Amino acid sequence: MEIEKYSMTPLNEIDAAEGLRINSLMAASRYPIPDPDSWLDEEISRNVLVTTVDYVLDWARSRSIFPLMFGLACCAFEMIGTAASRFDIARFGMDIFRWSPRQADLMIVAGTLTWKMAPAVKLVYEQMPEPKWVIAMGQCSISGGPFKESYSVVPGINRIIPVDVYVPGCPPRPESLLYGITKIHQKIVKESIKKA
Amino acid sequence: MAIRTEPFILNMGPQHPSTHGVFRMRVTLDGEVVVDLEPVIGYLHRGIEKLGETRTYTQIIPLTDRLDYVASMTNNFAYVLAVEKLAGIEIPERAEYLRIIMAETMRISSHLMAVGFFLNDLGAMMTPVLYMWREREKLLDLYEMVCGQRLTYNYMRIGGVSQDVPEEFMPAMKKWVAEMPRFIDEYDQLLAQNEILLARTKGVCILPRDTAINIAASGPVLRASGVKWDLRKADSYSIYDRFDFEVPVGTVGDNYDRYWVRMQEARQSVRILEQAIAQLPEGEVCAKVPHLLRPPVGEVYGHIEAPKGELGFYLVSDNSIAPYRFHIRPPTLINLTALKDMVIGWKVADLIITFGSIDVCLGEIDR
Amino acid sequence: MTTALNCEQVAKKIVKASPGAVVAADSAAIVVKGESLYQVAEFLKNTPTLDFDYLANLTAIDYMDYFEVIYNLVSLKHNHSLVLKTRCRDRDNPVVPSVVSLWRSADFQEREIYDLMGIVFDGHPNLKRLLLWEGFVGHPLRRDYL
Repeated sequence: MEIEKYSMTPLNEIDAAEGLRINSLMAASRYPIPDPDSWLDEEISRNVLVTTVDYVLDWARSRSIFPLMFGLACCAFEMIGTAASRFDIARFGMDIFRWSPRQADLMIVAGTLTWKMAPAVKLVYEQMPEPKWVIAMGQCSISGGPFKESYSVVPGINRIIPVDVYVPGCPPRPESLLYGITKIHQKIVKESIKKA
Repeated sequence: MAIRTEPFILNMGPQHPSTHGVFRMRVTLDGEVVVDLEPVIGYLHRGIEKLGETRTYTQIIPLTDRLDYVASMTNNFAYVLAVEKLAGIEIPERAEYLRIIMAETMRISSHLMAVGFFLNDLGAMMTPVLYMWREREKLLDLYEMVCGQRLTYNYMRIGGVSQDVPEEFMPAMKKWVAEMPRFIDEYDQLLAQNEILLARTKGVCILPRDTAINIAASGPVLRASGVKWDLRKADSYSIYDRFDFEVPVGTVGDNYDRYWVRMQEARQSVRILEQAIAQLPEGEVCAKVPHLLRPPVGEVYGHIEAPKGELGFYLVSDNSIAPYRFHIRPPTLINLTALKDMVIGWKVADLIITFGSIDVCLGEIDR
Repeated sequence: MTTALNCEQVAKKIVKASPGAVVAADSAAIVVKGESLYQVAEFLKNTPTLDFDYLANLTAIDYMDYFEVIYNLVSLKHNHSLVLKTRCRDRDNPVVPSVVSLWRSADFQEREIYDLMGIVFDGHPNLKRLLLWEGFVGHPLRRDYL
């Protein structure tokens, strides 16, 4: 067998192209994306007929979410702690953390987001199929955290992707994350009923 | 007629199933065999060194917590030792012993985590991690008793530690230390004779001794390659010279040796802990240090033996309340230089395991 | 305990081997000229009684008049250490010879200093940005950034 070398794109070009993508994303994300929080209105329109099938479907969808493991920094360890045996997340139906975004519903962004990583987050978010939700876990993903003034940190992931639930803490205790997940359950049930 | 094959570049992107963090590798593969490797880092670069120049010496301590977030108190320890060396501060005895107790428990926890995630990469999906996590949760309860936090502690201060341990701490700590040898033995027994572990890690991805020294590897990676260099013995800091312990050294430098050195070090840490708990004196826990510390003009390089290697802080002071330059010497960035040497010629699956055996922590590489 | 070597005596040995290289030598560190850095480093590594085979740390500091690059060297065999420094007065285009061929631990550390401070290391095989992305304007760790 002869192995012939063929010309591949030199790596410096790949680096330069990615740098351009990061710079353009930085320029486009000057303002935060507004939160999709219209579900907080307690009034659900009374003239919407909700069938039993819809009700069961929404209940099932909220109780068996597939989360996407997107741990970036220290908060990832509290996320793994939530999934471990003491603060078992499997009792909420979320025990398999998917690693492929194509199979996931919920993206838990745990840790500091930097501008270099931002295009990857946007790409993963766009690869997730609808319906999808995002939890921002920890101070760094809510607002930049202790590193807010730094030259390379995104001040909050809602510059890049829309966020549904914010879980504060540095890092948040596993109980806080579980409370955030129950809020997501409430959101899924209410939102789906409204859409139907 | 010859079959034409071409090498291709595989991108193991920043989001991937391994739990080590946002690390990216561009691997040139010829079939399954690795031909070339380029690590790409910087996805967690938060600018801690620049932020350190605008914060006072005490305000930097929470920033150092976020470096190696698996074993946060050792980062605090290294920084606080460097500042005390610069400013010439003496610490009370009780504070020294408490620091050693915290550092050694962190070492055991970090090594168990490293072994757990190493086995995760081998294919034992999360089961060893959950076993390790059981012991780690008991330890996190002890830390919560002391300083109220589970992951980023901010416990050490310049001149000692921030507060004394409550009364329930010592009996609970003694109970934990008494259980650890049995647990490590149980773990070792489950794994040491496992055929898959032996076949996939013995003789795989060897790091030769001279390369390890040239690369300035440190910690278990260096000791597994046969170099007996442990900063707790070679350049003894704090009160480590009062304790009696051994330094395990590997022979070959393959993945199995790195795993073995970590398990042995956990056992030696239990020995140190037993001695430290027995010798713990009464007294104050923090020296009288001014609130806004102004060290004299000078420079210092303070380093300790963190679980992952030699963690060093280079501080330059110009007699003001914030350091002029604050540089962190990360052990895992320097150990990562060895990755390319180790995996060329081996397969993709071996690459994943070797990366796991170096035990990186991206918070420290990228700072 | 690792002994910190007496820099004045080591400076005398260096001056014998390569005269004119040493700029200053006090109790803390030896400062050498930028052009002769590589010869001094080679001398320190290869001399049998000195044997500095372990480069523990490579940093750079930006004093506004000059850049200073600092090498913390350790010998594992004899258990002694030394601090070597070099200064670079040119602010727009600072160049320092690279020591990657002697100690490979300088590989990532020199790339990081290039990335964050802008000092070019002459002789490094792959000098590109390490922590920030291609297309980032400026060198953040300089004192006059932002």
